[in-house]
Amino acid sequence: MSDERRWIGRSAPRTEDGRLLTGNALFVDDVDLSGTLHVSFVRSDLPSAYVRGIDPSAAHAHPGVAAVYLAEDLGDLCRPGPVLVPPPPIAGAEFHARTPLPLARDVVRYQGEPLAIVVARDRYVAEDAAALIDVDLEPRDAVVDLATALDEDAPRVHDDLESNQAAYVRQTKGDYERARAEADAVIARRFRYDRGVAAAIENRGIVAAWDPRADRLRVWDTTQAPIPIRAALAGALGLSEAQVRVIAPFIGGGFGPKIMFYGEEILIPWIAMQLGRPIKWIEDRYENFFATTQEREQIHDAELAVAGDGRILGVRDRFLHDTGAYDPYGLTVPINSQCTLLGPYRVPAYESEFRVAFTNKPIVTPVRGAGRQHGVFVMERLLDMAARELGLDRVDIRTINLLDPDEFPHDHEILYQDSAPLTYDSGDYRPVLDEAVRLSGYAEFERDRARAAADGKRIGLGIVSYVEGTGIGPYEGARITVEPTGAVRASTGVGTQGQGHFTAFAQVVADAIGVDPSEVRVVTGDTSEFHWGTGTFASRGAVVAGNAFHAAAEAVREKILTHASAALEVARDDLELVDGRARVRGAPDVSVGLGELAARANPLRGAVVPGTEPGLEATSYFGPERGSTANGVHAVVVEVDPDTAMVTILRYVVVHDCGTVINPMIVEGQIHGGVALGIGNAFFEELVFDELGGMSNASFMDYLLPTATDVPPIETAHRETPSPLNPLGTKGVGEAGAIPVAAAFAQAVEDALRDVAPELEILEMPLSPGRLFELLRETRDPARAPGDAT
Amino acid sequence: MKPAPFEYAAPTTLDEALSVLSRGDGDARPLAGGQSLVPMLNFRLGGPATLVDLNAIEELAFIEPTADGGLRIGAMTRQVALERDPSVRRAAPLLAEAAPSIAHAQIRTRGTVGGSLAHADPAAELPAVLLALGARVRIARRPRDGESDGRVERSLPLEDLYLGPFFTALEPDELLVEIAVPGLRPGEGTAFEELARRSGDYAIVGAAARVWLRADGACEEAAVSLINAGPTPCLLEDAAATLRGVSPTPERIEEAAVAAAEACEPAADMHGSEAYRRHLARLLTTRVLLRAVGRARERVA
Repeated sequence: MSDERRWIGRSAPRTEDGRLLTGNALFVDDVDLSGTLHVSFVRSDLPSAYVRGIDPSAAHAHPGVAAVYLAEDLGDLCRPGPVLVPPPPIAGAEFHARTPLPLARDVVRYQGEPLAIVVARDRYVAEDAAALIDVDLEPRDAVVDLATALDEDAPRVHDDLESNQAAYVRQTKGDYERARAEADAVIARRFRYDRGVAAAIENRGIVAAWDPRADRLRVWDTTQAPIPIRAALAGALGLSEAQVRVIAPFIGGGFGPKIMFYGEEILIPWIAMQLGRPIKWIEDRYENFFATTQEREQIHDAELAVAGDGRILGVRDRFLHDTGAYDPYGLTVPINSQCTLLGPYRVPAYESEFRVAFTNKPIVTPVRGAGRQHGVFVMERLLDMAARELGLDRVDIRTINLLDPDEFPHDHEILYQDSAPLTYDSGDYRPVLDEAVRLSGYAEFERDRARAAADGKRIGLGIVSYVEGTGIGPYEGARITVEPTGAVRASTGVGTQGQGHFTAFAQVVADAIGVDPSEVRVVTGDTSEFHWGTGTFASRGAVVAGNAFHAAAEAVREKILTHASAALEVARDDLELVDGRARVRGAPDVSVGLGELAARANPLRGAVVPGTEPGLEATSYFGPERGSTANGVHAVVVEVDPDTAMVTILRYVVVHDCGTVINPMIVEGQIHGGVALGIGNAFFEELVFDELGGMSNASFMDYLLPTATDVPPIETAHRETPSPLNPLGTKGVGEAGAIPVAAAFAQAVEDALRDVAPELEILEMPLSPGRLFELLRETRDPARAPGDAT
Repeated sequence: MKPAPFEYAAPTTLDEALSVLSRGDGDARPLAGGQSLVPMLNFRLGGPATLVDLNAIEELAFIEPTADGGLRIGAMTRQVALERDPSVRRAAPLLAEAAPSIAHAQIRTRGTVGGSLAHADPAAELPAVLLALGARVRIARRPRDGESDGRVERSLPLEDLYLGPFFTALEPDELLVEIAVPGLRPGEGTAFEELARRSGDYAIVGAAARVWLRADGACEEAAVSLINAGPTPCLLEDAAATLRGVSPTPERIEEAAVAAAEACEPAADMHGSEAYRRHLARLLTTRVLLRAVGRARERVA
């Protein structure tokens, strides 16, 4: 093992920022190859229709157009895409896989589904020609409303299925009926979570170039998963994997949808091979609202059986999940909802079933949080309502139910998204909640509330807990090479979208071999540098790739010590690795540089001991037996104007535990970004569909992202309970910030309005001021509730 | 999101611009700051055959105090100038008060006063504010067949410019060239407030008020306008009528606000129901009238 942790745990400045801030980071749209042709897609205006005919002749004839392709022109390529994540083997589960064609042929099932491709000398001409393509669509009734999507008389998204039910899963532990019978109170509510987009600052983009001399395909792609893309491309295009190089360069945000394998990702490289020209497609923002996957629409009918002292006896939840027109990502999102609902709590009995519905809306796959939000929202809201009904304090009802440190590992007796049992590895939940109570001023809040009230202001506090399943397998790998110059190269297969991988991985390597992180050149997401692994998702980079780097670095460390021991003629145990040198403990003048050792390890003449591997290089892999579970508490203070229903966030506190922290600054950045996304989801962002299924707000004018003025300063505190499942003790943090925001926000708004509208219950997200106004009217005047003739 | 092809002209004088417009067969469109038009072009929503870029016409960008205490504002004056120009703060403080609510600073440095008025967006701040101030617009064009040479001009009260949503009395060959704003009189006070989801967003609803008090404290004249509360930028005459000739007590102001909320015609959209907008119209009308009256009282001679 390393001498000590010099770098892990330090807020080292990000090594990638120089390149990013000076405009020298390569993004896909920066790839500018000579002779490039540009692509525009023709997409369906209707959410549900038969394709009666497409006449591309005017586009073919348009000056500057190189090619036009319809589904019928694609040959074998026009087949349904893969199911990327097969559902876990849950007994009795039902799953109907329906994945899209690269171009729709007979039926379109969501607005924006691609129908034709125009290839032209520039994007302007491509769009001009696309507008000339005559598409004859015969509208069909669309499935828009999730609540009625599974009704018998609902129109059918896929004609070959008996209903719109894409999946059914039931998981249970304990005996909920008994828990319910023994309960002092049963809280039952219907909760609704609506849809949004991931809204990465960089939309998707692909550049592909076929080199006939080298017989190789190069693809630059904004993917989170370059290695699986390479395998899929090779398979679809009849190439060897070695002929395909996929590069995921710098990417302006992933957030989940870029883990998908989209039709565009196969079409652009195929066209490049067809035409022998580099092809570029950059998704524009309008396209992104339809063509890139989305998340969040669920309806839960949930109940909590609780004892008079607040102890949870059991939870029952039946929910509907909207997967959109297809389900290429399996059941990851609803299973995350199902599993994350249990939170940091002791839940003796759990009965959870969900149905997944096809609708005529864009495809749903994980978006940061990936279903976890819903579970947390349901559980935390139920606890709030139980506390209210039982006259308990909001923090007390949480405290009494938290798992204790001696209850780990804690088996929840159901399966998680990675097909492994949902077993929490480690945790110390109570201090996290206590710290959040302290930082948020919960104990003194009544005083603050009274002061604010004296100024005519209504403020409220929300405080909620969550867990985040992170760091799932299967595995990632890393290769580390010390060069004769002393420079260190470190590569892995995961793609990077702004997480600070270059720095955090360098810190892990730096500690193992005694160099400065700035000396470690990290390469991610280029299959020619490293071609084993799966990608960046599920808050797993620091856990899975991080530990692969750790393992590879430890292996290189062993090689360094072996060579240094020989060079300096001292025992290995007497050596330490510091400042890029191996030196003798207590005699720092006796030392040898890593570069010199790298040269010694690669002799050009003479003989080596048989079996010697050349160089100071090692490749290692890490695959955890299952994911590690991070946790945290968010607290928010809001001011609500009951006259206008406008809400202002005054304070935001996050206390979290993601095990060993590699770089606190980067972790805080992840949390800040996550909270901003959560604020958007809770308060601003909502996709609006009209009754025919058309999207009404596909632009940033009407789809409101939180901006700098809407996100308050976020106060954070870290606790570290290492994971026993990996040598570094890390847990993931990528999604933590986003998960509990809606639950905290709802509680805080209710709290702020408790004197004005004591009956107000917020059971849905997002909550715009307009919607809060309606809820307040209904609360004050029940005659205005929906369904009444007023 | 690339615009369809169009012809582009960049005249440097008003007469040249009017000539291009008159030759445009009704399908030439002036490009002012471009903050609404360019996104519309990129969405391919009604692209014109010819864009007449007004940005090089220096004679259209000015703010000039007039002898009677008012202002003349050239159509190509950037919105940011309304925040910064001291003469605006003196003669029409309502404009200076409202200007920071127009979108974001970056947009205000490009967006123009005339462009905003001619775009006729019922959700925009400037039409409502200038309606409350009783502004007039000067409109110019080239002579049509049978008319004698020279420039043909007309002047309209701003109210008469608005015929429908995004629809004005401007003919395709006409250009809005100047806005005349009456100056603030002794005993006159104004106020503005809007509620928006985020800083810089279009208002869910906004309100502007102008109140002119006589020495005896009674209201000589009043104007109330609302933002995003109807198909066009609109003055609420019923609300103003409630106040004229009477002392603007809080009760009267509440009556005026109720009248404004009843008379306005807000539409429901994703940011708020009709009921929510009416509720805000009443609330904001009350707030701006109270503030305008307070300011007017400070200015009663």
